[in-house]
Amino acid sequence: MIRQDIIPRNLLFSVAAMIAIAMAMGVYAWHVRVRVVNVTLGSASSAHVAPPAIGATEQVTLYVAHDDPGILKAQGIRIPLPAGRQERAEALLRNLIALYDSNRSPHPLGPGSDLRSVYLVDPDLVVIDLNGAFATGHPSGVLLEELTVASLVESLSANVPGIGRVKILVDGKTQDTLAGHADLADFYDVAAVHQLAQQLEGGQ
Amino acid sequence: MAVFALLLGTVTFSIISFNLLLSGAPPAENHIAVFSNVATYSLPVVAIGGGDYVGLLEALEPLGPVTANGDQKHWKLRYNHIELGFTVGKSRVQMKGGDFDLGAPFVMQNGRGLAPISTLGPLLSRVLGGPVTFSPASRRIFIGNVAIHFTAQVVGTAPPSLVINFSGPVNPMIATDAGTLRMTFTHEPIVASGTQTLTFNNKIITSAAYQDGNGSAAITVTAGAPLFANFSGDHKTITITPAPPVSTQAQGTLTYGATAGASASAPPVNPAQPQYFAVIDAGHGGADRGAALSPQIVEKDVTLAFARQLQHEVEARGLTALLVRNDDSDISLDQRAGMANAAHASIYICIHVTSQGTGVNFYTALLPAPNPAHGSFLDWDTAQASSLTRSQAFTAIVANSFGNSKVPVRTLSAPLRPLNNITTAAIAIEVAPPAGGATGLESSEYQKLIASTIATGLAAVHEETGSSP
Repeated sequence: MIRQDIIPRNLLFSVAAMIAIAMAMGVYAWHVRVRVVNVTLGSASSAHVAPPAIGATEQVTLYVAHDDPGILKAQGIRIPLPAGRQERAEALLRNLIALYDSNRSPHPLGPGSDLRSVYLVDPDLVVIDLNGAFATGHPSGVLLEELTVASLVESLSANVPGIGRVKILVDGKTQDTLAGHADLADFYDVAAVHQLAQQLEGGQ
Repeated sequence: MAVFALLLGTVTFSIISFNLLLSGAPPAENHIAVFSNVATYSLPVVAIGGGDYVGLLEALEPLGPVTANGDQKHWKLRYNHIELGFTVGKSRVQMKGGDFDLGAPFVMQNGRGLAPISTLGPLLSRVLGGPVTFSPASRRIFIGNVAIHFTAQVVGTAPPSLVINFSGPVNPMIATDAGTLRMTFTHEPIVASGTQTLTFNNKIITSAAYQDGNGSAAITVTAGAPLFANFSGDHKTITITPAPPVSTQAQGTLTYGATAGASASAPPVNPAQPQYFAVIDAGHGGADRGAALSPQIVEKDVTLAFARQLQHEVEARGLTALLVRNDDSDISLDQRAGMANAAHASIYICIHVTSQGTGVNFYTALLPAPNPAHGSFLDWDTAQASSLTRSQAFTAIVANSFGNSKVPVRTLSAPLRPLNNITTAAIAIEVAPPAGGATGLESSEYQKLIASTIATGLAAVHEETGSSP
């Protein structure tokens, strides 16, 4: 009677090699996990990139938050803006957020803060969708958070006519607060935010 | 079939091994707490060669000016005018007045000079020139005579009260359970003078046990009934009593079980008779820690301290005040509004704290875009609308009380819940640090200054409006 191998020898060697590789990968993963690694990212890798220049250059007014001394300042800038209302709103806010991402930002946001999209819902509703990093990295405080809200809403309403209400989402979902304080559950009344912006502009 | 089984087993084994190795939690961080007259802080502890080590620069920096320089072999540390010379791998430290023996080799790690904690107390004593006590069991270091002692005694019989007097102001986190009340002191150097456990000859409040460990101390009171704590005497006295039934509760606190997602279940209150002048709501709590004011200070702890101080100041002026939370409870914004509205007070005050700027900011509600009306029901999201004018008037009166102080104030509106949902006058207060920085927020003097000024303003509101005290 001829004895036959149930499992071919080459297959056994292959399996043994796979096990050895799996163990080696596990040891390496453990080693990497406990070792402190300093990784320096190039400033360009986390810096917010302003939108590409599309459309005619226009003079617009952005309402820029200044943490010290806790005010909102109207700042005129010239930026290329698309003709479409929704694209225009998105370009405005991207330029505003790029301003906050600069080295000498008057109102620093967390790293990776960005705008996902802006939607214009007729007749007067704008939905601003921020990314998760915007909320999780945002400094926590009543004044700090309402400066951000006022800056976004006022900059939008000053340059895109016909906006009456604003809803702010984070990663496409409703969130209770921006960073523990400013309410995001409800719709912002643009007229009420305008009054707040006037209080913040006056350093009241 | 055997081949298939072997292959499947190998793949499964590989996946499980890899995940187990990767998913292991990082080692829990060990630390010791340091208490001094200048600062209270914690030091991370690193395990090296079977011993526990701490960073010397981190240990001394909060206490005064310190510099360090060196290379991979030698390290010089300078604190005030005292210079210490360390050599990696050696236990002897060169310093003026005689070398010091660390008892274990000095270690450099990532540019940090580390010394064993076993001799940290005597080393700091030499450097600082004063008494330093290290308790390995409790993982606490006391620099100077900072320890706070306490005495406890049961007074009265129907109902009895346990009065605990401290030699310094305290602000513990309080947790209650059926028959026990636990006070945890993370910021105060509490020590027991005598025995760790006190037993009382009382059928209701039976004992109080002191424990310390992992950088904090705790006093646990055991009784045959639910307990309630009240602060007085500039936070140097805690009086613990059996909690009265909810419907007749007169201690000034609405307590709420931390049941996430449950609807508000306010105590039954006669809607025709307002029972309290002010409802004071310490922002955040429980899992909601609020802002990180410093590496050691979180907003929820400071708001609770301010709320307690404000309640004390309001009551000292003959007015009544209710606390929405008097411990580290997790209460949702809707629950807070429900409880405040059910109390029918004249004013609701929500307290927040920030590490940015200086002074005090007062906020009234920035109402959201209105929802369509629903018959005679008040819209929850804009319930504040009919009281907003009164809120703004009251805010002006309270802010005006800071006129003679050096504390800058500002009044604004803010999209801050639950202000929108409150049916009486509602203001939020955001307290910023004094000139010294965020650690000043924990100063009892600063808290008293702000709280007493606000209470003076509230008393003025009461006078103007003639509302029930």
